[in-house]
Amino acid sequence: MSAITPDEVAKVAHLARIAMSDDKLSEYTQSLSSTLELVQQMQQVDTKGVTPMAHPLDTIQPQRSDHVTEGDFSKAINQMAPKIEANLFLVPQVIE
Amino acid sequence: MIHKYTIAELSQGLSNGDFSSVEVTQYYLDRMQQFNPQLNCYITQCNEHALAQAKAADDLRAKGQAQGITGIPIAQKDLFCTKDIKTSCGSKMLDNFISPYNATVVERCNDAGMVMLGKLNMDEFAMGSSNENSHYGPVKNPWDMTRVPGGSSGGSAAAVAARLAPCATGTDTGGSIRQPAALTGLTGLKPTYGRVSRFGMVAFASSLDQGGPLTQTAEDAALVLTIIAGHDPKDSTSMKQEVPDYSTTLNDSIHGKTIGIPKEYFTNALDPEVGDTIHTAIKAFEKLGANIKSISLPNTHLAVPVYYVIAPAEASSNLSRFDGVRYGYRCENPKDLLDLYKRTRAEGFGEEVKRRILIGTYALSAGYYDAYYLKAQQVRHLIRDDFIKAFNEVDVILGPTAPTTAFKLGEKMNDPVSMYLSDLYTINVNLAGLPSLALPSGFVNDLPVGLQLIGKDFDEATLLNLGHQYQQVTDWHRQIPTAFDKGEAA
Repeated sequence: MSAITPDEVAKVAHLARIAMSDDKLSEYTQSLSSTLELVQQMQQVDTKGVTPMAHPLDTIQPQRSDHVTEGDFSKAINQMAPKIEANLFLVPQVIE
Repeated sequence: MIHKYTIAELSQGLSNGDFSSVEVTQYYLDRMQQFNPQLNCYITQCNEHALAQAKAADDLRAKGQAQGITGIPIAQKDLFCTKDIKTSCGSKMLDNFISPYNATVVERCNDAGMVMLGKLNMDEFAMGSSNENSHYGPVKNPWDMTRVPGGSSGGSAAAVAARLAPCATGTDTGGSIRQPAALTGLTGLKPTYGRVSRFGMVAFASSLDQGGPLTQTAEDAALVLTIIAGHDPKDSTSMKQEVPDYSTTLNDSIHGKTIGIPKEYFTNALDPEVGDTIHTAIKAFEKLGANIKSISLPNTHLAVPVYYVIAPAEASSNLSRFDGVRYGYRCENPKDLLDLYKRTRAEGFGEEVKRRILIGTYALSAGYYDAYYLKAQQVRHLIRDDFIKAFNEVDVILGPTAPTTAFKLGEKMNDPVSMYLSDLYTINVNLAGLPSLALPSGFVNDLPVGLQLIGKDFDEATLLNLGHQYQQVTDWHRQIPTAFDKGEAA
């Protein structure tokens, strides 16, 4: 049995907002299953009481003062957008 | 024969007035034009930009304001953002992306007066070990054009190995500097997590990514690291830690240093002939006065499984920004917003990137978080503890960088898991956050082999010192693939 079913792959693809055709679904089910089988090896390890390690550095998050350090880059940033109008990002209509 | 020079030698030549930066830069631009079509290591070549920077470097030198590295050409992996020059990250998604700012690494190279030759090919979003996952096509290994250069910094490795740049940057999330360095006969340094700013590096797995140099020698790696390392207020994970001048300790004696040899690195997974070159290298270090001690890193075999939860989980989050709205690729004629997102991402990302986003999304989804992500973080802790314990007894750890020499193009493309396992010696170092220096250590069947030295947190100086001393008694780092070892005298 595969470690992940085609239905689960379809659900995950929806969550990740990736369109997935039916013929691709079986291909992904197979490759994701083999990765998940590889990953399963770590289930054999007893990790009771082990603190999860989120990050290699044992430091506190630095804070900085709340003032503007850079200018207004909105024009430069908007120029990179696939579609803009009046300095706004354009997307398909959401509300009828 | 300018391409034979290391950057330390180029620096000397520039300061002697043997050649100008414009001459050196033009020499490399000519080599790029001649050889890049075969290798495909550059995505973008920056001829005009490079010559302008070279002219500015020569002017600085004329005014007596040059630093050692001023006027030296470098090529940047195409995931370091460069203002006004395309940053594709090897992806169709960013094929049209022009960053409005420079990455801190690029900024620091510019401040030092270095000359950027171009942007280098890579596995898409740095996901891969062969450079075959690039929207711009695979990169060839200059030692054998039917083989991969490694990845994800495959363009960086091929460019420096063929001397289409005297040095390059790369990034290393699970071995992406060291493995290509090993497969192409180069020196590659993955600095300690937090040593080099990640600002302006397109993010893959934020708790693992670290930028560093691919060079011909440890001495050159020291020169580049000295420039690019250090705290950056724009990256909250870059550490406020003094940056030494790494060049000043290269010539220290390594007498009395203790090198640990982990037994888990010398199992059946290691090609025996590759293993032989590593054993020869261990003897060379012993001859230089180092003590050799057998050690154990018992959780080594868990590094690849843990990595393929943590890295995809972080990637799935980081890559959610590519939505077709604000920048990058957008699909044609979306029928609604959901269709816009889904088709943009399906069409803009390559297969491997999609696989990893899906694995990461699965591992983080409701009901699976504890079994995958949390479990992986716990095992990650055990992996780091192995190293901490080992470093109570040894100064550095030595092992192979990759289990085999460069494999054939296409060989592992249909088997992602076998591709993942080619990083089994490098990945645990990223999980632990430690620095590691890959060094060329010989040849098997005319293909380069590499060893790696793993160090304590922020102890790059010791790694570079050992690497430099090893390179005083070996000449593997001086080998250039014959087909690329030709050029006009300047």
